[in-house]
Order: sequence, then structure tokens, then C-alpha cells
Amino acid sequence: MIENLISKSNAQLTKGFLKSSPVVLSSRLRLARNLNGFVFPSKASSADKSEILNKVEKSLSDKPNFKKGFFYKINTLSDLEKRLLVERHLISRELCEMNEGSGVFISSNQDFSVMINEEDHIRLQCIKNGFNLNALWKTVNRFDDLMEASLPYSFSKELGYLTACPTNLGTGLRASVMMHLPGLFISENIDKVIRASNQLGLAVRGLFGEGSEASGHIYQISNQQTLGETEGEILSRLGGVLKNIIEHELNARQNYFADKKVVLLDKISRALGILRNAHVMSSEEAMDHLSYMRLAVDLGFLADEYRALVDYLFIQTQPGHIQFPEGSISVELRDEKRAQKLRENFRKIPPLNFDN
Amino acid sequence: MSNKLTCSLCNQHATVHLTQIINNKIQKIDLCESCAQKKGVTDPEGFSLAEMLSNSDFLGAEDSQACNVCGQSISDFRKSGRFGCSDCYVSLGNQLKPILEEMHVGFKHTGKKPEKSFQQISLSETIELLRMKLQKAIAMEAYEDAAHYRDELEIMKNELSKAKINCSND
Repeated sequence: MIENLISKSNAQLTKGFLKSSPVVLSSRLRLARNLNGFVFPSKASSADKSEILNKVEKSLSDKPNFKKGFFYKINTLSDLEKRLLVERHLISRELCEMNEGSGVFISSNQDFSVMINEEDHIRLQCIKNGFNLNALWKTVNRFDDLMEASLPYSFSKELGYLTACPTNLGTGLRASVMMHLPGLFISENIDKVIRASNQLGLAVRGLFGEGSEASGHIYQISNQQTLGETEGEILSRLGGVLKNIIEHELNARQNYFADKKVVLLDKISRALGILRNAHVMSSEEAMDHLSYMRLAVDLGFLADEYRALVDYLFIQTQPGHIQFPEGSISVELRDEKRAQKLRENFRKIPPLNFDN
Repeated sequence: MSNKLTCSLCNQHATVHLTQIINNKIQKIDLCESCAQKKGVTDPEGFSLAEMLSNSDFLGAEDSQACNVCGQSISDFRKSGRFGCSDCYVSLGNQLKPILEEMHVGFKHTGKKPEKSFQQISLSETIELLRMKLQKAIAMEAYEDAAHYRDELEIMKNELSKAKINCSND
């Protein structure tokens, strides 16, 4: 069912030729919205949910971002297809658990998605490479205006946009930035950064959100508070903290490089050696080696263009992505296929240049 | 001045005082000897206050309150952390302040407003206000004012239904 989406060549996060930046992989903004006159999905009858799904589908199908996009009812997708969409951050694990009456709209270049009848009636999100929260907010805000023109939202003057969970109340805005923090990790400063972020009202999670491991030294940092501040204030507060984290990360890398140059060069060279030669690899292991390759690009040991290749492989070596073209295969065979994919990609890479 | 703590379950003199950190917040509970026994609070390490607090025994009278639209009660909310519909925010609103205080920067929304829904809310509020003025004017036999309010009320009602039709036709 989702073959067309997989074969699309212009997907934001999965194609290697797009611009990429050090430290920040991608930024994502999400808005939670509910329709006036309907109870929230957890209490809604299947007739209500279908009506909501139809209303939102009708409203979105003629919007510019979705005209040539994809629409799936969640109960028509296989477990593997759902897993693949989760790996691309296009749907949440919570939506996967839903049945009839829930669905997702995905824009043609896969930067926009709208989940329908997840925790709230509408979860609109936009993901872009790199770090530019303000530009992202402009895009999301404009799209939200377009949707609101045909879908009456549930809103209170006092409390703002009303959401199923009061943690999203007010603006309904969750901004999260995916950060690659190997420097803070190897210098053992990452726990300090996580604690400080928590104290500032930010959540730090692994690659796949709540409860997931920070594999590949990738952390998702997001705002927790949504009420009492404007969208601009939320984003500038988060942005300020993230800028500090970027600075700490770059300093940590520099200090580590100054103190333990040989250790670092060894870690990076070994990672490349394994990626080039291994015949069996778990996704966890792949993430760690890929992380060192991203660091190698940032430190100037590899040309800039390879950073995007690494980002592409971060997603393409996830279990669902390896399995999808193969159909039903064992975990062992999946680990072989993953190693093969990585060998093919890293064979082409020039030797690391340590002279810079 | 006696400052004796009473048992959170039966109002007897409390001798067991339990403190745990749940979701980064200090939660305290006081129990009498026999309630502590009954609840199995003998091993503080293995005892979860969070579980006990979510237990309906601890919910007072106001906790049996339920939303008149979707039926969600405050104890349902404590278990799931979610409301059932937008009316829960009104029906269960008196329980909301301490929850929001813990979660957010403030109590009042200062961000974006949806143009159409906002227009409808404002119109509904104006209509309510005019209705009250109209009733008052009638009660005071100020018929000239009443006629004026009635006309204005009609205009506002029309505006509101136009706004609603616009929404559903798009």
C-alpha cells in the first residue's frame, strides 16, 4: 500500500542530496487540535471518528501540500508498513495502536503529516532538515490557518486550544529538535545537559521519542510547557537553550580532540572499517558507527556531502526499512542485509583525511 | 496549638508519614497505624505512593464529580492523564488549577487564536450579555431599551449562524 511513498525520490529526510548541518539533524513542530462539537477520540464512537476522519480528509485533500500526497486509514496498513512510517517519524507509535476511524495524511515530499484521531482529533506536524524553528513555525502556522478555515476548532479564550491531555493545552505546540551529541556523550557530560534541560522545562528523549534509547548519540529535545507563553516565546526559549547545547557540543568535541586525538581518530577509523567490511550488523551497532561517520564529516575528515548520506542511512538501516523490500525475513537475515547495504555505501567513500 | 496530623483515609491520629517523589514532585501522605497496615505500607521501598494516590479510596467527595457531556470523572483523569472532551475543562475545571500550575508556565493562553472559532466565541459572549441586558430592561419596564437590545440580539444571532454556516460549507 505504501510503495509509492517509499519510492518517492524527493522525501525530505530520507534522500541523501539535501542540505544537512552539524549537530542538528532535523527540527519538527507539532500542533494538537480538536474539532468543536465532538468528544475527544478516546471517548468518541466509531461513527463520530469516521465523521471526523471524513471531514479532515475532505478539508485536506485540496490543500497544496496534500494534493499529490498520501492518505492512509490506519486499519488498512500492515504492521511493517506502520513501522516504516514510524521510522520516518511520519506517524506516532500511538497512532499504530488505533483502529477504524484513524488515519494519516502525508504530503508528497513527506515534510508534512496530519494524524487524525490519534490522542487528539488532529495532530499536524512539519519536519525539516537543520535548525530553523521560526521558518518552520511560519509554515505550520499558515497551514493551520488554512485548516481552521474549514474545520471549526475547539478553543477557549482562557485556556487556548483544548486538547485531550492538559500537557498540550494552550498553544498545542510541541517543538522538537533532533540533535547529534557524540561530543557530550564521549566526554561524559551528556547527563549534566539532560538534567539542566529538564530543569528548564525541556524534555530530552531518544531517537524515537518517549521511552526510546538514544542510539547513534541522537537526542530529541523538546518543550514541555504549552500554556502561558506565545508560540514565539516557546520557540525562542527552546531555541536559546538549543544554541547553548550546540555550543557545548562543539566545545566538547574540540576539547576531546585536543586531549585525546589518537583515541578519537581510532574510534572514527574503526567505525569506518567496520561499516566497510562487516557482514552482520544490528541496527544499534549501525547507529553507533554511523554516528562516528557524521562526526568525521563535522571534523573535516570527510567531505560535507557525506553528512547527508549518513543521515539517509540513519533511517534506511532501521529494521522496517531493511525488511520492507525483502518481505518477511528473519532478524539474522535482516542484520546481513543491513551490513550489505552499509558495505555498498561505504565502499565508495574516499579515505579519511586527517590533515586538516 | 496541637498540630496533629490526621489519617488521609479515616481521620484518626496519623502515625505513619510517607514521602515519595513522583514526577519530580514531593508527595506526602499521612496514615494511622491500622490503615497503614491495611494498605500494606510496611516496606517503604516497595510501596508505591503513586499507585495509592490513584486509588479511589483517596479521592474525596469532589473527586466523584464527572463531566456532564462525556462522563469522564476526575479519578478517570488521574488514571489516564487525559480528558474525554472539551467540556471536561469546564465540568472538572475546579480541579484543574493545581494540575496546570505544575505543568505550565502560566494559566492563561496568550498565543495564537483561531480566527473563526474565536469570532464565534466572541459572538456567543455578546449574545449572552445582550440577553441579560434585555431581561433586566424588561424587569425594569424600560421598554425602549428592551426593544433596542432585542434588535441588536437578532443581528448578533444572525451573525453567529452565518459564521457557523461559513464554517461547515467550506
